Amino acid sequence: MFGTMKELVEAAGSGTIADAAKREQAGGNIAEIPAQVERMGRALEVMRASSEEGAQPDLRSMSGLTGGGASKLFAHAGRAASGPVMGRAIARALAVAECNACMGKIVAAPTAGACGILPAALLTMQETRGYSDEELTDALFTAAAVGAVIAARASIAGAEGGCQAECGTASAMAAAAVCELEGASAQTAVDAAAFALMASMGLVCDPVRGLVEVPCVYRNVSGVANALTAADLALSGIECPLEADDVVDAMKAVGDAMPASLRETGEGGCAACRVRER
Amino acid sequence: MDYFDIIGPVMIGPSSSHTAGAARIGRVARDLLGETPVRADIGLYGSFEKTYQGHGTDRAVVGGLMGMNVDDPRLRSALRLAKEAGMEVAFRPVPLRGAHPNTIVLQIAGNSGRTLTVRAASVGGGRVMIQELNGMEVNFSGEADTLIIRHLDAPGAIARVTHVLAEAQINIATMRVFRKKAGGEAIMALELDKLPEAEIVTALKDLRGISDVTLLKKR
Repeated sequence: MFGTMKELVEAAGSGTIADAAKREQAGGNIAEIPAQVERMGRALEVMRASSEEGAQPDLRSMSGLTGGGASKLFAHAGRAASGPVMGRAIARALAVAECNACMGKIVAAPTAGACGILPAALLTMQETRGYSDEELTDALFTAAAVGAVIAARASIAGAEGGCQAECGTASAMAAAAVCELEGASAQTAVDAAAFALMASMGLVCDPVRGLVEVPCVYRNVSGVANALTAADLALSGIECPLEADDVVDAMKAVGDAMPASLRETGEGGCAACRVRER
Repeated sequence: MDYFDIIGPVMIGPSSSHTAGAARIGRVARDLLGETPVRADIGLYGSFEKTYQGHGTDRAVVGGLMGMNVDDPRLRSALRLAKEAGMEVAFRPVPLRGAHPNTIVLQIAGNSGRTLTVRAASVGGGRVMIQELNGMEVNFSGEADTLIIRHLDAPGAIARVTHVLAEAQINIATMRVFRKKAGGEAIMALELDKLPEAEIVTALKDLRGISDVTLLKKR
């Protein structure tokens, strides 16, 4: 496993982070790669199924706090203020997150609470650009490699690092994955991850009633928007002015400085707000 | 950790710690009992106690006790399925001091009359730690193929077990031994690099000083 974003870029060389990650996952044994790719392909299938299951209009969570929202957002996507592509992306993010909230089957990416961001970004790119499942599976390896660096250097647990560690990391993973799908260099992908982390820096983990629902499912929506805009920043040719590894370290320091009430205890932030009567 | 810890696990939501971890604890407890329990008294502590209904922790742990894995869609209906199968299930808060905030204490009984008390914590990302078996402090995750061997704390017990594994060319990845007091009941937890054949498990059961052998298979 790569410990820094710099190592990722070096390992990719003139190739991709995805290929470097596949070699790493196969433990350097090239013959092992197809089995690992097949396994990742199965994760993609679960992601796709969860985006469909979560779009059902009658879906409700056990608490009744969420469910059925994605169905409305899909219906609205065509006239979305953020445009139809973003409209579809945010609807998918909400669908997967609501599928999770309603005890559906999902792929944690990197966590269950942030599971909507990466599938939404990749499946929407496939829909609009026609990428194959094989290309999307490669992009999942890109995302995994970026997520693993953040997990090793900082944290991917809301209880440790706040929501920046969950939805922030998922956004960074998705931003890098989108860049590689678009054929950008490894450095561009890492820059996109850094832009996504900059935008989510400081985001607290504040689940209402301690449940993975509010604001979590809506943070998946803003998370995929963050991922796509961060990818666009990097793809446009803007170089991130900060070192990606420094941004990860800063995110760790910010997480460490967060009071316990803002780290998945269900006390501060949104968790301190009243739930409206419906 | 590998890349499938980042893209994964594939699981039933909503929470890796409160749902997937709870299902895993139930599943490990069932495997340790060696049969599907007919009675389960489920004590919940900390965050588990406060949020278990909203997270489906209750369904998940019961589903695990019925043998379901963390990605089994039947987890959603596990409480109903348990009732239909005749499993008696009771939930209660359990007072503990200084325990991990996501701790479960299970008292389960099988049709054969076997009973087991397990204390386990869900430590994040769906990972679990089994911390106590029938009142004895232990510490293993069940993530690798693991042999849980009850034995009498006497010279040679460990050597006899490792000899059988050595002869079978099975490498021990990690090994821990727990006991209440010298010369009394003890437990070995051995994480293996290779799954032993059924006859190896039988051979271990037949060893002098060994009272029980359970193989927890990774998944």
